[in-house]
Amino acid sequence: MLPTKRLLTLTAALLISGFATASPDIHHWRTSNGARVYFVPAPQLPMVDIRVTFNAGSARDGNQPGLAMLTNGMLEEGAGKLSANAIAEHFDNLGANTGFESLRDMATASLRTLTDRELMQPAVETFALLLREPSFPKNALERVRKQMLVGLRHESQSPGTLGSKALYEALYGSHPYAGHSSGTMASVRKLSREDVIAYHRRYYVANNAIVAIVGAVDRQQAEQLAEQVMGGLPAGEGAPALPGVPGLSDSTEKHIEHPSTQTHILLGQPGMRRDDADYFPLYIGNHILGGSGLTSRISDEIREKRGLSYSAYSYFSPMAAEGPYLLSLQTKTESRDEALTVLRATLNRFISEGPSEEELIASKKNITGGFALNIDSNKDILGYISMIGFYNLPLDYLDTFITRVNQVTLAQVHDAFKRRIHPDKMVLITVGEENN
Amino acid sequence: MPKLSHRLLPILLSGSAVLSLGGCSGTGINIQAMLPSQLTTTAEVAANGNGSNHATHEYMLANGMKVIVREDHRAPVVISQIWYKVGASYEHIGITGVSHVLEHMMFKGTDKHPPGEFSRIIAENGGRENAFTGRDFTSYFQQLEASRLPIAFELEADRMRNLHLQEAEFRKERDVVIEERRLRTEDKPSALTYEKFMATAFQVNPYHNPVIGWMDDLKSLTLSDLSRWYQTWYSPNNATLVVVGDVDPEAVHSLARKYFGRIPPSTLPDQKPRTEPPQQGERRVTVLAPAEVPVLIMGYKTPVLRTVDQSWKAYALEVLANVLDGGDSARISRELVRGQAIAASAGASYDLIARHDSLLTLEGTPAQGQKIATLEKALRDQVSRLHRERISSKELARIKAQVTANKVYELDSVFYQAMQIGMLETIGLQWQEAEHYAERINAVTAEQVQQVAREFLIDDNLTVATLQPLPINGKQVKGGDHAAH
Repeated sequence: MLPTKRLLTLTAALLISGFATASPDIHHWRTSNGARVYFVPAPQLPMVDIRVTFNAGSARDGNQPGLAMLTNGMLEEGAGKLSANAIAEHFDNLGANTGFESLRDMATASLRTLTDRELMQPAVETFALLLREPSFPKNALERVRKQMLVGLRHESQSPGTLGSKALYEALYGSHPYAGHSSGTMASVRKLSREDVIAYHRRYYVANNAIVAIVGAVDRQQAEQLAEQVMGGLPAGEGAPALPGVPGLSDSTEKHIEHPSTQTHILLGQPGMRRDDADYFPLYIGNHILGGSGLTSRISDEIREKRGLSYSAYSYFSPMAAEGPYLLSLQTKTESRDEALTVLRATLNRFISEGPSEEELIASKKNITGGFALNIDSNKDILGYISMIGFYNLPLDYLDTFITRVNQVTLAQVHDAFKRRIHPDKMVLITVGEENN
Repeated sequence: MPKLSHRLLPILLSGSAVLSLGGCSGTGINIQAMLPSQLTTTAEVAANGNGSNHATHEYMLANGMKVIVREDHRAPVVISQIWYKVGASYEHIGITGVSHVLEHMMFKGTDKHPPGEFSRIIAENGGRENAFTGRDFTSYFQQLEASRLPIAFELEADRMRNLHLQEAEFRKERDVVIEERRLRTEDKPSALTYEKFMATAFQVNPYHNPVIGWMDDLKSLTLSDLSRWYQTWYSPNNATLVVVGDVDPEAVHSLARKYFGRIPPSTLPDQKPRTEPPQQGERRVTVLAPAEVPVLIMGYKTPVLRTVDQSWKAYALEVLANVLDGGDSARISRELVRGQAIAASAGASYDLIARHDSLLTLEGTPAQGQKIATLEKALRDQVSRLHRERISSKELARIKAQVTANKVYELDSVFYQAMQIGMLETIGLQWQEAEHYAERINAVTAEQVQQVAREFLIDDNLTVATLQPLPINGKQVKGGDHAAH
């Protein structure tokens, strides 16, 4: 059971959505060296999840694409006196799982362990060592570099990834979001151990980190865990804010020749920030247009009515700066023009006419009625509180979510799409065979 | 590629084995991530159904439909899954892919509800839904706030018998599935390689055929093929209803009786064994396709839990797969990815849960500058070592610790719990098998692992597939063993 004490604050939402969804009770504090901690007790299962999110994504790569990912990927390759083998053995023998991820905005390190003291304490201690004292062994670095190069080659055989990379480049130009987290062949070949050490020293610091904890520990234990994980890191400084993203001044098109039977179509523009004032109207509007699976307009027009694609959708990726707004599908190359025409017409019509009252109500019912499903596991809650912490969202974000969705009006959705989405200033990427 | 690990490359071997209806990002659930992966064997562990928090209840309706309810009161949600005992392994060449196309058509309306209304009603109730087809099952699910379970039951019971198969809807949906095949297989060299690997390893066993169906079969599929398939297999006595969540089991039982109890049972056709004859010699297949990265897949024919003569052998194979690839400290990561740095990524998997005999599979991609032949030799050396030496007590202890922990971790997902119950029941085992998983693994000895290695991991049972990259866009690539460029 999730804590129910917040039920009262949801009265308004209850009246509208008709049932109770209790949001998790989020505890928040700072470690002694400044890391912000978000904790939700979940006593039902004897396990705990800890995720540290650093503002150390590839948006901080500068002119060294791939550096954030290489640094993050090296954390388990050696720490203190422990070799990669010793680290792997240590976690496996405790039944603990670790995970490392590198995105544009952030780099994460995650640990899942049983709360049995004999298992949890050593797991957390080693986890802390990885963050605090990675040794970045030279031979391991060369190996991971080679793995990244194979990864890059793998990406270049995937039409979807080729399209996505080209889209970001075209949308973001000289903005740090233009590059891909996995870097480039040329850059990854040149990254040095010194680069990695410097990157770690600058960004893997307490004031640049969020700690999220969900599990069967109490507040006092959670405080100890947070200190244990972060305590050895220098306080350091948070990363500076990213620059804003200039809008596109014109539409552009790029075709990438690729020997695939389908053409992948990606149509996009810079979208919104996570703390965007238009967040809810844009989110709900897109839910209707292309964000709600088979029931959305794009899927209906492209897939249900015409059988042109298996997967046709649109989404916002809200990020620290304006993340992309993307509309996408894949279709056999001979249907490319037809599918693109329908996709554009669907978007244009949505912007000029807006959604119907009926669609808005249906969307709200789907989003609010399904809210309990978003937070029905420790894993989900961990993701939410990490996001709330990283993007500095209010602590009552989950409590007010349903109300804020329900407050959005038809006029607000229509207005937000008209102001923010510009079909005449979009990037179009196609990946496939030009003359089929 | 957000994560660096020995699984650097998302080689979607298992991606070809289970297909889901929705490919959209919106409300989509990553079913693949929740399934016991065919690449990682550590995850196939059981929930403890005896604890009061996760008590499991089993009912049989008068019409032969089994209902299994597991209580999980952590959150006010419920998942309802209906599992039909039909999938690609029930098909024959000529109509391959029919189970999966029918799964898509199950959203295209009944006598009572027009096409698409099922999805609209679930969406308006805050639900998520999808369906998936595998080799041995077709399954449909809805996730809802717990009090809305009757909505799912009513719709699901309706389409069990009253599907309205219409020609115009069928033609469009067949096109959608053909696009899905292009996306998942035709344009994905590793998936293409896996498809040809399976078709080479199995000649009689129906795992020869891909779940999505051969392209030509898809193109010539007819509405009457679907109609026959639906009439044959969609009945209460061929279905298992699995409900996990914040529910009262007795109330779920009454609801099930109310909505499904009235549906009459049907006579199911007899199943032919379709047993693969002895392989009698190693098989090799080469796939030439435009690609950048070579792929190696090696599979040894093995029995599965359902077909094995003594069940300990299946669990010993499960342990064996974990010795090779059960975490970053397992042999493949330690020796092939890190130590010798031969593989950029590599893994091993064993199909414990399947209806027919299956495979213990080794796969990988060579490290930059390494040849695919070197990787093959290194993997074969790993197999010889399992013949030669007993695994260490340290390795056994590590696997047991992981099994114990996973048993708890799995309870964090109601979806996973339902999947596990449904899959076991549908392939002809019982859900309780999962309850015994940990103790069965714990009982496996080093001698037994060596014994199954010697019995099943032999060259005469081996199939090897390699993807040899052809140039993309006229770029020169040096054969399948090309190094850095």
